[in-house]
Formats: sequence, C-alpha cells, structure tokens
Amino acid sequence: MADTPQTTELIASDSFELDPADEAEILEEVAHYERPQAACIEALKIVQRRHGWVPDGAIDAIARVLGIGPGEVEGVATFYSLIFRQPVGRHVLLVCDSSACFLTGFDELKRALVNQLGIDYGQTTDDGRFTLLPVCCLGACDGAPALMIDEDTYGPVSPDDLPGLLEDYP
Amino acid sequence: MSVSIGSQGDSVRYRSRLQQPETERHPDTHPLTWRLRDDGEVIWLEEYLRKDGYESVRRALADRDPQAIIATMKDANVGGRGGGGFSAGLKWSLTLQGEDIPRGYLICNADEMEPGTFKDRLLMEQQPHLLIEGMILGALANNSCFGYIFLRGEYVTAARVLKRAIEEARHAGWLGADINGSGFDFDIIVHTGAGRYICGEETALINSLEGKRANPRTKPPFPGQSGAWGKPSVVNNVETLCNAPGVILNGADWYQDLSGDSTDNGGTKLYGISGPVENPGLWELPMGTTGAEILDRAGGMRNGSELKTWLPGGASTGFLLPEHLDLPLDFNTVGKEGSRLGTGLMTMVPQEQSLVALLRNLEEFFARESCGWCTPCRDGLPWAAKLLRALELGQGETGDIELLEKLAADCGPTLTFCAHAPGAAMPLHTALKHFRHEFEQGISKPRIKAVEG
Amino acid sequence: MATIHVDGQSYEVNGADNLLQACLSLGLDIPYFCWHPAMGSVGACRQCAVRQYKDKDDDRGMLVMSCMAPAADQTRIDIEDEEAKAFRASIIESLMINHPHDCPVCEEGGHCHLQDVTVMTGHDRRRYRFSKRTRRNQFLGPFITHEMNRCITCYRCVRFYNDYAGGTDLGTFGSKDNVYFGRYEEGTLESPFAGNLTEVCPTGVFTDKSHSERYTRKWDMQFAPGICHQCAMGCNISPGERYGEIRRIENRYHGEVNGYFLCDRGRFGYGYVNRTDRPSVPERREAPDSEPVSLGVDDALAQVSEALRHARRVIGIGSPRASLESNHQLLTLVGVDNFSTGIEAREQACLEQMNHLQRHAGLPTPTPREIEDHDAMLVLGEDPVQSAGRLGLNLRQAALARSKALGETIGVPDWNAEALKTLAQDRYYPLFIAWPAPTDLDDVAEARHALGPDDIARLGFAVAHAIDPVAPVVEGLSPALTEAAGRIARALMTAERPLVVSGGSLCSGAVLEAAGSVARALSRRAKKAGMVLIRREANSTGVSLMGGQPLDWVLDELAQGKADAVVVLENDLYQRLPAQRVDAALARAEIAVVLDHQRTATAARAHFLLSAGSFAESDGTLVNLEGRAQRFFQVYQPAYMRPETRIRESWRWLHALGANLRGETTGEINLDTVVRDCAEAHPALAGMVDAAPDSHYRIDGQRLAREPHRYSGRTAMVADQNVSEPRVPQDPDSAFAHSMEGYSGYQQHRQQIPFAWAPGWNSPQAWNKFTDEVGGHLRGGDPGVRLIHPVPGQGRYSQPIQGTESPEALKALILPRLFGGEETSARATPIRQRTELPYVILSPDDVLRLELRAGDVVTIDGVTKLLLHEQDNWPTGWAGLPAGLIGGLLQGDTIAVGRVSGGEP
Ligand SMILES: Cc1cc2nc3c(=O)[nH]c(=O)nc-3n(C[C@H](O)[C@H](O)[C@H](O)COP(=O)(O)O)c2cc1C
Ligand code: SF4
Ligand code: FES
Repeated sequence: MADTPQTTELIASDSFELDPADEAEILEEVAHYERPQAACIEALKIVQRRHGWVPDGAIDAIARVLGIGPGEVEGVATFYSLIFRQPVGRHVLLVCDSSACFLTGFDELKRALVNQLGIDYGQTTDDGRFTLLPVCCLGACDGAPALMIDEDTYGPVSPDDLPGLLEDYP
Repeated sequence: MSVSIGSQGDSVRYRSRLQQPETERHPDTHPLTWRLRDDGEVIWLEEYLRKDGYESVRRALADRDPQAIIATMKDANVGGRGGGGFSAGLKWSLTLQGEDIPRGYLICNADEMEPGTFKDRLLMEQQPHLLIEGMILGALANNSCFGYIFLRGEYVTAARVLKRAIEEARHAGWLGADINGSGFDFDIIVHTGAGRYICGEETALINSLEGKRANPRTKPPFPGQSGAWGKPSVVNNVETLCNAPGVILNGADWYQDLSGDSTDNGGTKLYGISGPVENPGLWELPMGTTGAEILDRAGGMRNGSELKTWLPGGASTGFLLPEHLDLPLDFNTVGKEGSRLGTGLMTMVPQEQSLVALLRNLEEFFARESCGWCTPCRDGLPWAAKLLRALELGQGETGDIELLEKLAADCGPTLTFCAHAPGAAMPLHTALKHFRHEFEQGISKPRIKAVEG
Repeated sequence: MATIHVDGQSYEVNGADNLLQACLSLGLDIPYFCWHPAMGSVGACRQCAVRQYKDKDDDRGMLVMSCMAPAADQTRIDIEDEEAKAFRASIIESLMINHPHDCPVCEEGGHCHLQDVTVMTGHDRRRYRFSKRTRRNQFLGPFITHEMNRCITCYRCVRFYNDYAGGTDLGTFGSKDNVYFGRYEEGTLESPFAGNLTEVCPTGVFTDKSHSERYTRKWDMQFAPGICHQCAMGCNISPGERYGEIRRIENRYHGEVNGYFLCDRGRFGYGYVNRTDRPSVPERREAPDSEPVSLGVDDALAQVSEALRHARRVIGIGSPRASLESNHQLLTLVGVDNFSTGIEAREQACLEQMNHLQRHAGLPTPTPREIEDHDAMLVLGEDPVQSAGRLGLNLRQAALARSKALGETIGVPDWNAEALKTLAQDRYYPLFIAWPAPTDLDDVAEARHALGPDDIARLGFAVAHAIDPVAPVVEGLSPALTEAAGRIARALMTAERPLVVSGGSLCSGAVLEAAGSVARALSRRAKKAGMVLIRREANSTGVSLMGGQPLDWVLDELAQGKADAVVVLENDLYQRLPAQRVDAALARAEIAVVLDHQRTATAARAHFLLSAGSFAESDGTLVNLEGRAQRFFQVYQPAYMRPETRIRESWRWLHALGANLRGETTGEINLDTVVRDCAEAHPALAGMVDAAPDSHYRIDGQRLAREPHRYSGRTAMVADQNVSEPRVPQDPDSAFAHSMEGYSGYQQHRQQIPFAWAPGWNSPQAWNKFTDEVGGHLRGGDPGVRLIHPVPGQGRYSQPIQGTESPEALKALILPRLFGGEETSARATPIRQRTELPYVILSPDDVLRLELRAGDVVTIDGVTKLLLHEQDNWPTGWAGLPAGLIGGLLQGDTIAVGRVSGGEP
C-alpha cells in the first residue's frame, strides 16, 4: 500500500500510581455494594485524603480498579463539591453562605476572611495554608454564622474570633 | 458547659443541642428525644437499652408480620420529615415484595442540607440507636436486605457516632445475620457523601449511592419499584425513621393523640428556629405547634427587631407573614397558605433585611446546587440570580420583575424534572407576591429594547 | 392502538409510544432536543411541553413533557395551547443564554436541529443581558471537532456514546449551568461509532472534521442515495459533493439496515474518492516502470480492444468491491469460462459455504434491525465491530434489550431510557463470543472464549450437540469447553429468539460448518432463531452469488501460459495473494488492463489503466451480508467541474470495450440495461432489478432532485472555465437530476432519498418526516431486495473436526480491524491517522519459546517490523496480525517472528 499506517498521537497522562494501601481500602469499600462503581466517590475521597486533591492520573487509576470508564469517574469527580480536582491548601475552609448564616452576619464574616487570608472563593493562600470555599447550609443554623475548617465545625463565629481560630491550623 | 482552657477554637466549636431540659421530656410525650441527656453526650447502646431501646424491634421480630408494621405506620400517618410529608406507611405499602422479587434496600436520607435545617444532625449525633432501630423496622416492613445511611460528608461527628453505634448493635446481635435469633438478616453501613444539596433528593441520592452523578431519576418507576441497583428501595428521612419505634411500640392511636386536636397530622416534630432570634434552637413539640410558640421559646427576635417575614421549613418553602405565626405548623395548614411545612425549621427575617438581597442569596444557592439536568433549573435559576443581583445593585430594568415571575413560573411542578427547581421557585414567587415593591425599587433603567430588525 | 386527541382532533396512534413520538409519527411538530428516536426519552430539556387534560371534564389540564407521557388511549392534549407555547419559547430562550449565536461560522448551520427548533418556537429576541460563559474545547482526534460553547446540555452525546454505543472515554463533567461534555483527558475519541455524535448532537458541538477541511453548507451540496462500500454491511449513506469532491458522508435512514447510525470507517473513510493521485484519465504504459501516457477515451478503447483482439486468451478478474453490473460486464467481455471473482480460493469457498448455509441451515437471516430482537447470541469466530462495523451496534442493542424485558415486569415503557438503564444496571441478554482477542462487545458479553479457529469450531459443534443430541459428538473436548458449550446451549435454548453469528473472518470452513450445525440444531428444536453470516467486502456476497473462478486459478492459468491477457476490475491482487505469485503471473501476461479508481500495486503493473468511477461517480448494485441487493447512485458527474477528467463507470468501460471488440458501434447503454443484463444472466441475482426504481421513475412527472432547493452558485461555479452557464449534466442512468430541479419533498412516498429535508426540518431529524412512524420504516418502503432465501429443511449435520496438534511453526491469525483493515478507506487521511500502530499478538508460551519479550520490536518473515504484544489465553501456535498490514498474507499462512535488535517499528 502506498501509505503506511500512522499512529494516532496519544497524549500521555501524567503518571500516577495508586498507593497499594489506598487500593486495598477502595476494594474493601467495593464489598459494601452491589456494584463496584458505588465505591467511586469513596475512592476519590481516599485518594484525596492522601494527596489533598485528586490528581489527573488518579481518574484512570480509579476507573481501572472499579472496572468503569474514566469518563464516568471524571464525571463523578467534577460533580461533587467536596472532591477537589485542583490542588488545595493544607486546610480547606468552608464558609456557610446559606440563609440562616446570611441573615446573621455571613457578609461580615466572609469579608473578614477575605481580608485576613487575602483570597476569595476557590483560591489558595500563597503559603498553601488555606483554600476558601462556600458550602451549603452546614446544619448548624442555631450557631450561625458557621464555618468548617477541615473536619471541625464552628459557630457562631464573629469576625473577631477569626484570628484565634485560624491559629489552630498551621 | 466546660470551661475553655484550650484554644480559641473550643469556645466557638459548634455543638448540636436540644433546648428542652431532661425534666421537660417524657417517654409518652417526647418519643424522639426523651432519652437525650442534658450534657449532650451520646446515648450509647447500654444506656439506650436501659431506656427501652430496641423494644419495638424485639416485638416486631417476634411477630414477623411486616404487613402489620405497615398497617400501623399507615394508620399513624407519619408524614415524611424530609420535607415532602408523604406518609411513610403508604410509601412502605407500595414497595414491591414477593416471591420472585429480589429483596431491596432501606436507605436513610441523612443528607440534611436544606438551608435552615439542623434536626437530623442532633438525632444522629446523640441518639444513633433510635435511627438504627427505626431502620430495622423499616427493613422488616419492606423486606430490605441491607441498609444505607446516606450521610452528608460534612457531618463527621455523626459519621463517627453512627459507625460506632452500628458496630455496637452488630455486636449485640441487633444487626447482621439472624437478628436477635429471629432468622431475619439486615445490616447497615454509613455511606458518606461528597457535597451537593441535590443528593438529598431521593432519586438523586440513589444515583449518588451507586457512585454516579447525582442527577435525579424519573418517577415512575418509584424507588419502591426500582431503586438502588434496580431493586425495590425505600428512602426515608432520619426523623421519619426515628418516629417508627414509638409508633410500633405504642400504636397508631397513641401517635395521633400526641398532637392533640389542633391538627390532622399526628406525632411530634423536631421544630427549630434560626436567623436573628435571641435563642435559636431545636425543640420536640407536638405536631401543629404554632410558629408564635416557637418564636416565643426562642425569646423573640434578636435585639427586639421586628419580624418581617419567615420561612416555615427551609429555603425551599414559601415566605409567610407575621400574621401566619398563629397557624398550626403542619403539612396541610401551611400548604394552604401557599407555602410548605418543609423540614419544620423556621427561618426568621427581620424588618431591616432587604428581601431582594435575601432572594439573591437564596437563588444563588439554588442555581449553584442545580444538578444541571433540566433546562428551567440549570439555565433559568442563574438568570434569575443575576437579575436579582442587578436589582439589589439598583441596576434593574423595567420588565425584570415580570421576567423573574416568568422564570419562577417555569420552575413550577411538572415543568422541571425534580422538585429542586420548584423549591427554588416557591420563595421567589411568594416574595414577589408579598414584597413586590422592594423589588421595584431596584429598577433604575428602562428596558433596553432589542433592535427590531 | 390507542386513540388520542390533539388540539381537538382524534388520531389513532401506537399506544406503546410516548406522546412526542406519537405526535411526530402523525406528522405533527413538537419541538424537542433530548429525546431521540433510537435512544428514547429522558425528560432533560423540557422543550416538548404540551398541555394534557385528565379527562373529558378537565378543562384546566397541566403542562407535561410529551416525551415522558404515554400515548395512552383517550389521552387529550393541546400542542397549540398558549401557555405551552410560551413555556416552550421560554425553554429555548434559556437554552440560548450561553449559546454563542455563531451560526454564520458554525459548521452545523443549515442542518442544525437547534436552528430548526429556535425558528419553530418563534424565539427571536434575546432578553438575557449578562455575560455568557465560555469554554475550552478539546482535541478529539482526526474525526471530530469540539466546540463546547455551542452546547445546550441535552445530554444526547453521552447517551449515545456511552449508553447506546458502549463508549467509556466521553463523559459529563461539572454540574449546574456548567456541564461539560468531553473526554476525561484530551485525545482521540475511542468509540468506533463516535462519528454519530455529529448527527446526534442537535447543535454544532461535535462536527465532522473531515468535512471541515473543505466546508460546504448542506443546502449547497449535491447528494445521491449511496451505499457504503467499506464493508459488507451495506449501510445507506448520503454522500454530499461540492466542486467535484465528496465533502462529507451522512447517515441515510434505512429502517432495517442502518437506522440512524453509521460506523466511523463508513463515515470518515471516503477520502480515497478525493485523492489527487487517482487515475483520472486512461493511461498506457509500455513497461511496468515506464512513464504512463495519457489517452483519450476513444483512443484508450481502440488501443485496448486492439490489444485484446490479438490476445490468445483474455481472463477477466472481477472484484468484491465492484458493483454487480461491472462484474457482469467483465464476465460478458471475457466469457464465463474466463471469468474470475477476483477472490482468493479459500475465501471464496467460505463465501459459497455461507450462501449455502444461509439457504440450507434452516434459519432465516434477520435484518440488522431484527438482530436487536434476539435474546441470546452466540458469536462464533467473529469480532463484529471490527469486521462489520455497524452490525456490532445492533448486537449491543440486542444484549441491552434485556432492560426492556425487565421494564415490562414493573410497567416501565420501552422509551423510558434512564429508568430502564437504572433498572437493568448490568443485566444483559446472554451474549457469548468465541474469538481469540478482546472484542468491542466484551463489556456486554456473558463470556468470551479466547480460542484458535479449530477450537472455536469444536466449541460450536459441541454447542450443536448439546442442543440436539442427534448432532455428532465432539471427541476429546476439554472439560472447560464442554462446560462452556453446555452453558451456551442452555442459554440459547432458554431464549425465545436465539441468534448465531459467524462469518468469514477466520476463513475457516470448520467454523462456518460449526455455526451451521448450531443453526441446524436450533431449527430442529423448533426455535425461532436466526443466523447472521458476516462477509468481508461490500460486494462479497454479490460476487459469490454470481460465481466464477477463484483468483488463484487465474494466477495459475497465467503462470502456466494458458492465457496471455488479463483484465482486472477494481481489484488489487497484491492484497489477496502473495506478491511473488502475483508478480509471476502478471509477468506472463502480454496485456494487463486494469480498471480502478485508485493507484494500487496492481494498477502499477497495468499496460492500460482505465480511470474508473468510485461509488461517488458511479451507479451500481451491491449485495450486503444479509443478501440484500441495494443500488447506489452517482453523486456527481466528475467531468462537470473538471472537464479534463475521463472517469467512467467500470461497467461503461467494459461494455464499450466489448462492443469495440465485437466491432459494433457502441450502442445506447445505461444503468437499466446493465442491471437487466446482469439479472437475466444470473438467476441468483434476478431480484436485483427491483432493488431500486429505474431511470424512468418520476414523481409528479418530475425527476428527483440531487440538490436542495436553496443550492447556490450553480451558474457561477464553472464560470472560471466558461462564462456561459453550461447545461447541468444529464443523467441517462437514473431518475435523479443533477440539479435542484425535481422532486425533493417528503409527502410523496419514495425509497430513494438523496438528502432528508422537510419544511422547518433542516437537520437529520427531518428523517422523521419520511418514515411511517418515527424510528420505523421509510414510507416508500426500505430500499433493497433480499436475494437469498432459506429453503425448507435443515440439511445434514457435518462431522466436527477433531483435535489438532498445535503446529511447530506459527500460523498467521489475521484480525479484522475497522481502521486500516480495508483497502480503500485505509487511503483516507483521517482513517490513516486513526489506525493503530501495527502489532503482533503471541501467547505467553510462544513468547517464551521464541525467547522474546512483550514490547519487543519484531519482524514477520524478516520484513515487516512491528510491536510484540503478549496476551494471556491467546491460542498458542497462532500469531495475531491486524488485517490490511501485510498484503497477500492469508489466514493460517506459516510465518516466522524474529527479533530486531533496536530500531523503531
Ligand atoms: C432538592 C431536594 C433536596 C432534598 N434534600 C433532602 C434532605 O437533605 N434530607 C431529606 O430527608 N430529604 C430531602 N429531600 C426530600 C427527599 O427527596 C425525600 O422526599 C425524602 O427523603 C423522603 O423521606 P421522607 O418521606 O421520610 O421525608 C429533598 C428533596 C429535594 C427535591
Ligand atoms: S430541577 Fe432539573 S436541573 Fe434542577 S436539580 Fe432537578 S433535575 Fe436537576
Ligand atoms: S424532548 Fe422531552 S424533555 Fe427533552
């Protein structure tokens, strides 16, 4: 034949190795459900716990472990607000902006946060310490305005409380 | 209250609590909370058993009569506490069961994200076994083979407590194979979410449980016909399930009597209040308690400010006026006033609050939390939020309010795929109805006309 | 049947439909996006709202989505309800919020479903005054361009790509008003059916990259009803031409063969038509290496006939990629005794065996659409997606159809797509595949048995025996295979409509015999079963029905000097038999005449090369793997835009040569005559006359237009050559006009539809106007006629082959492949770009024995260099090689695999 076949250029994904312990944990999760796919969100959380976020290569790796398509995994990863597909700071600060907090001082609290941290939603401080994100009603409306840092929920938080509060998260 | 000796954090750390002291709560009047302690510590298995725990399950397992459980629940007419008010007994009676039908799943909706709602958190953080007990009853009634507690990811304390309680229950033979020697198998795990309000919608929740994007599913088929993995599934709210043990133990009549004559709905309800009130909080009160009484318990509006309007049960309910405070807060009454009982946790709005700004906040929330499946919600709500922002900034144009009305109307029931968008439309629609003048003040420009061509 | 009332009128509709489907079937227009006739409803776009009333007394009613509401008896709806209209206008307004309104530069413009619906709903003013969101696009490979800004989030792409076609790399990302459809990372879309996205997407997000190269609006192209020539499936296509080039290929709806979808080989493989190196004028070459001399048509005819007249004996080599008419004209030219099918002997034997089995094994051959109604499938020795493209999609649908049966048990209607999907999860109808390498259907298969050809046959025979004890026992079968055979037999026997699929890919008579035995067994057990036999090339079936000597015979005759002249029709002999043999034979030919539209190795050896028309410049008839004769029509007259070209249909060349040889003046001949000649000469082909109407066919006294009404530039397009507007080409062969004059509507029923258009429907959704019901059959009947019919009785069981020793030397096991595995499409640039790196597959045992390692670069017979793949449970003794890689290498040929030291493949 006049023309020899040529290869399609494949864009290689950055190499990512699933940690064996994480893989084992994912497989353990799989056992709780009728189909492996159900462990998808948990798998993303497991990877995120180790890396702080879900690196690109993890999508393919999780897809392989669960036996589903990478398109499906990325679809899930980008749907949920607590799965981060970009690097985040050492601490994730979730500010509740729902109605009860909005009615009890969210605006001032948010402004104080932006001032103190020098970042807005979706941004990470230059020192990689905090990432600021909004969150749906934290279910702490009797303690509004509320916020959550990593696994800790606080409320009511006044702007004055912030400096002391943030200190606990180096 | 422990004295803060540690860092600043401890003093502002949030703890879920009930406002009623132990002395006020009794087994025959406060079925949901009578066991709770004033110190807010978890009621672990030993204490729970001491306080009558698992008694309903013991009885139900002895009878092994699922239809009787369903009948009692139906008679008691336990309205769904997740916001819809649909009778749990009726739902259970519609679950497919039979020889050639596979056993399905009992799913507890613990995704609590409705703005203004903080009731399920308390039940799970302090009294996990009541939920487990309710789930076993539900499983028995629905012939479920396995249970999932779909818990929002942010409720880390609840997750820890529930996991340990399940472990306890399993250990003591209340979960697992052959429960309490009855031959009935049922187990539960906690499935934690990763955010997104829409996961609370029961069919979206099932998709999420299956590890998929949380788009809702079409109904019919209902989860009771084809739910998780295509098996008959029941989704109930935490509080709903927590009502079951009392009903089974004490009967439908007792349950009906709990609420007295002021309402058709029986039982008690975890009512709550938030916003700028003196003492925001949570109480177990008879179904049909008035808003006025709850506001009163909260010590009234903070700093004596005047009440402008209020949401009876979360962001997706319609605005009520101060004059509605005297109505019994039950499913029917509130429904008749163009709103919904929703989760029954009120949000109070003071006179000085701009409603345009509040609506902007609410619609930004609903727009952000749309799953993105259907058009009126996905594309209409962000547009509404942008219009509200313009009005808030005084940059509205003539026609904006009519457009907002249209966008809200387009999110009516049957017009969108699930109830999220109607939930977004209700506060918008009612605010435009009651407070139109505030919105009109945001209009500064005539409408820029499209060039005719 | 159900009666529904729409806007006060009563209609009879199919009660199993939803209201949208039912109304569209009635010819009523309701705008919609997310619903698709082949993919059902999901209720996402909310565009199809109508007002529905509960009963006679209900005068308020409520808005419902017509796609999600059943067309139950006595349903009453209003489409023209004011509130419904306002809501629909609102929806399109919302959808357009972020749409860039870039129609002038958008390649969907002019056949855009979004444009159609926007006009239909009357939305023409934008009230949205805030900023639009913008997106980044992805590189998606050589076939498809991505422009996400145009997305209206109808979810059709992922529903087709993943749910319907089984893809895994395209996904839905993000949420709220920021939903993104794309690959999880930039790169080539992996599904071999990705091209359908260009038609499934209602707007310009996924467009045809091959078309983009030289873009033309739909209304500015000339079309003809075409048949895809890239495999034996016979998909109906609608090729579009402008300026003498094929600009794109779209699906042409056929209710039984291809429905709404094509495979990517068929859609993107047309580039060979446009190659500039095509022989466009006749050529003469004194010696193989000398410069060719161009000839005029008459000159060429005179010189070739003069040369042939002096030959002792002329042999004609036909071709399974040429039309029946061309093959028959060649046969007429050289005489029956001197005619070869141009097919290698073993392949021809398999083709004949398949024709025989199709008649005598006791089972009917379902149409591709009917395949989807089978509820247990056994695929013996085929990889359907690779060997028959579109057919793979049909088999997938058959497996997926289990969801409909499950839905029935709880009352979920067939059209409720997401509900069926979530109900069924991964429960499929049983599909068993016996094939050595992974296939594209493995994900829905209950099992794939990785076996070599002989074991595949033995498995088949064992299945037959397990179904019908009268069928002979297979001696010495391994326990595992016995077990597998039992399981397969049980699944086939439990099913209501089992299906056996086999074919010629392995070129194994035993495999086919085994498939025949399973068919016989099923038929003896009175099963409503079916059998599908896959052939390789566009006209393999047709040429085998016509008959003739195999190619090997020709080479022998030439080599032995029994003939001194040869006429080769559209056939590259080097693709079929080893080069040395072909060389040796051609060396003995005093005169070699080749007719082709491509410069092949064979063409390079021709003394005379006659410039033949490709499918785009010719008319003719092909017989597909069902045995369906289908006619394709010339899209354009090559000489109109390029007067210097002298391209003729092969049958015209051959007829003229014959006339010349016989000393006749070339008489009137047209397609009708050659069709009739062929049908009369070959009883097996008699039915082909009815495959399409003849050239006298008219609708309302008019020809059928090849060009849409709005076709522009006709008077200007050849102005650079001739300022006076030339007459459009006249077509003596068909009922189609090379212009927009003529019938192009949908009201008059017809089978042959060059392009689908109806007022208000410019997009491919216009096909709904041409069908008896949406997703049904063309109102004028689906084109084509079946030529092979089963005869009563099942015939006799043949003896299973006994166990064979695995051979010392490696044998070639050629794996069909969609991209690169077919001669002509492999010449199209996008297909070349999509072709995988060449590889050879060996079993771990063989890798060890040959002291090689996976990933090594190895040689085949010391020449071809490629990568070594090792595959667990690959049959030892066989070397898997992609089809189309080594011309002339045959199934089962002994080959040597050796290591190369260093170097890239
Ligand atoms: C957008 C949306 C969010 C919801 N979120 C919750 C939730 O967080 N918790 C809950 O129990 N029900 C939620 N619901 C209601 C559920 O869909 C469902 O009705 C409920 O879980 C059924 O339980 P019940 O009958 O016990 O109330 C939500 C509904 C919608 C439409
Ligand atoms: S209304 Fe539609 S887009 Fe909104 S959350 Fe429900 S399904 Fe998703
Ligand atoms: S076509 Fe009916 S909702 Fe999309």
